[in-house]
Amino acid sequence: METLLYLIITLIKIVLIVVPLLLCVAYLTYAERKIIGYMQVRIGPNRVNFSAIPGLRKIPGFGQPIADALKLMFKEIIIPTNSDRFLFVIAPMLVMAPALAAWAVIPFSEGGWVLADINAGLLYILAMTSMGVYGILIAGWASNSKYAFLSTMRSAAQIISYEIAMGFALVGVLMAAGSLNLSDIVAAQKGSFLHWYWLPLLPLLFIYFISGLAETNRAPFDLAEGESEIVAGFHVEYSGMLFAVFFMAEYANMILISTLSAVMFLGGWLSPFEGIELLLGENWFTALLIRASFLWLAIKISLFLFLFLWIRATFPRYRYDQVMRLGWKVFIPITLVWIVVLGVAILAKIPPWFA
Amino acid sequence: MIKITFYLFALILIFAASRVITVKNPVHAALFLVLAFFSSAAIWLLLQAEFLAIALILVYVGAVMVLFLFVLMMLDINVNSLREGFVRHFPIAAFVGAVILLEIILVIGAWHKLPTPEAATALAAVPNTQALGMVLYTEYVYPFEIAAAILLVAMIAAIALTMRPHTRAKYQKPEEQVSVRREDRIKIVKMPSETKD
Repeated sequence: METLLYLIITLIKIVLIVVPLLLCVAYLTYAERKIIGYMQVRIGPNRVNFSAIPGLRKIPGFGQPIADALKLMFKEIIIPTNSDRFLFVIAPMLVMAPALAAWAVIPFSEGGWVLADINAGLLYILAMTSMGVYGILIAGWASNSKYAFLSTMRSAAQIISYEIAMGFALVGVLMAAGSLNLSDIVAAQKGSFLHWYWLPLLPLLFIYFISGLAETNRAPFDLAEGESEIVAGFHVEYSGMLFAVFFMAEYANMILISTLSAVMFLGGWLSPFEGIELLLGENWFTALLIRASFLWLAIKISLFLFLFLWIRATFPRYRYDQVMRLGWKVFIPITLVWIVVLGVAILAKIPPWFA
Repeated sequence: MIKITFYLFALILIFAASRVITVKNPVHAALFLVLAFFSSAAIWLLLQAEFLAIALILVYVGAVMVLFLFVLMMLDINVNSLREGFVRHFPIAAFVGAVILLEIILVIGAWHKLPTPEAATALAAVPNTQALGMVLYTEYVYPFEIAAAILLVAMIAAIALTMRPHTRAKYQKPEEQVSVRREDRIKIVKMPSETKD
């Protein structure tokens, strides 16, 4: 009975995480089209409105993600002849599942707002994100198409290469915080915004975020879907909802990378105004400002997501050998050097981070 | 509850492991091996060995098997030629299999005789990962460092043995390409405009 109750409560918690996440995914696509639209001096989607709901009537194109989702749901799923049917169908799920599973250990706010507060949280995240390659590999191989297969090879090589730099960046974080638990990592950054790890771990933050771009196959590392060379990448043969799952997984991974960057380098749910009560005196306003809450985390996540979109609108695509060079010859040496620097800093107990 | 979970994962593990050697397509076999790794990691999690479980997924599933699949998918393996010589190799294979089985039986038999390990339960207060780190960097620091050095040497040796720089191949040097300046590429030549005769 107790086990059953526990299972039901866990299930409800999972739904409470996954449903808002999928809504965010839907509206991230809207945000992407709007933001990139404005950056390119167009207005982006503006036709589909919620005209029945008074508050949302004024936002042009706000219903676009819903319309897109409905369209994709009703489209036919075409399975190519000579493809591996089972693997073809299961591949999108193998991309989506790790992107959602990693959310189990992410702390949303102070005081245990986390599904599974495990000690090896950071390792779990690494393990889960390394699983995402399988879906891409299987999708490319099972579709029995040359374009899809070429893209799979590119994307898999890229993901494996950047995972190493990403892992080393995480090693830096765990050295600084002295813990693998994500809640503890945030708690270790308490202080003002100068106490957050973005300052002592600045090179690692850059490397982590750029590797995140490469891991999610986003521009400028989107050679896995280079339209001019290999049509659309590993999902050329996919249509309808199977394609939509790949699409959603990409955006879910973007949100995941942004969240992890916020939690590990920008102090998660901590307020950036901590310590301001010493300047302005303690009153209701400063108390509100320094309150740690989920809102701060949401703002930090949005900041990183905006960077994702901004970078996509700004940079041209890398050439393949340049991508490999950046990963192996630039990022990995920098992370290795910075880990040594960090070790010295921790031994020397440099304040305010390692005192 | 733990028993049900254990038997579920054990069944999946046995099924996947047997499929690895019975399935025809090598890519499918590799994928079943991934499933086998995954279920054994789950069983380790049930034993509260979370570091080992996650390390198994991280190293074998996340890295080793991806490279395996990578190579397997690129090779066009002729399945028929692989199945030749089954009868010829059977005696050796049977002998090796029997020896491995004997070893497993000996290890499990000896394990039964051992008293229940108290150290493992005593350490349970400390997180698994931390406990492992403590032991690795104090008691076993020399074997650990030596193993790391051996791996590094093996890695360098493998690269040195397989890398044969092509003398005729053309390489791009991105660092030179990136650092190129305007003066390196274009020359502005001032010329008087020609007059019409």
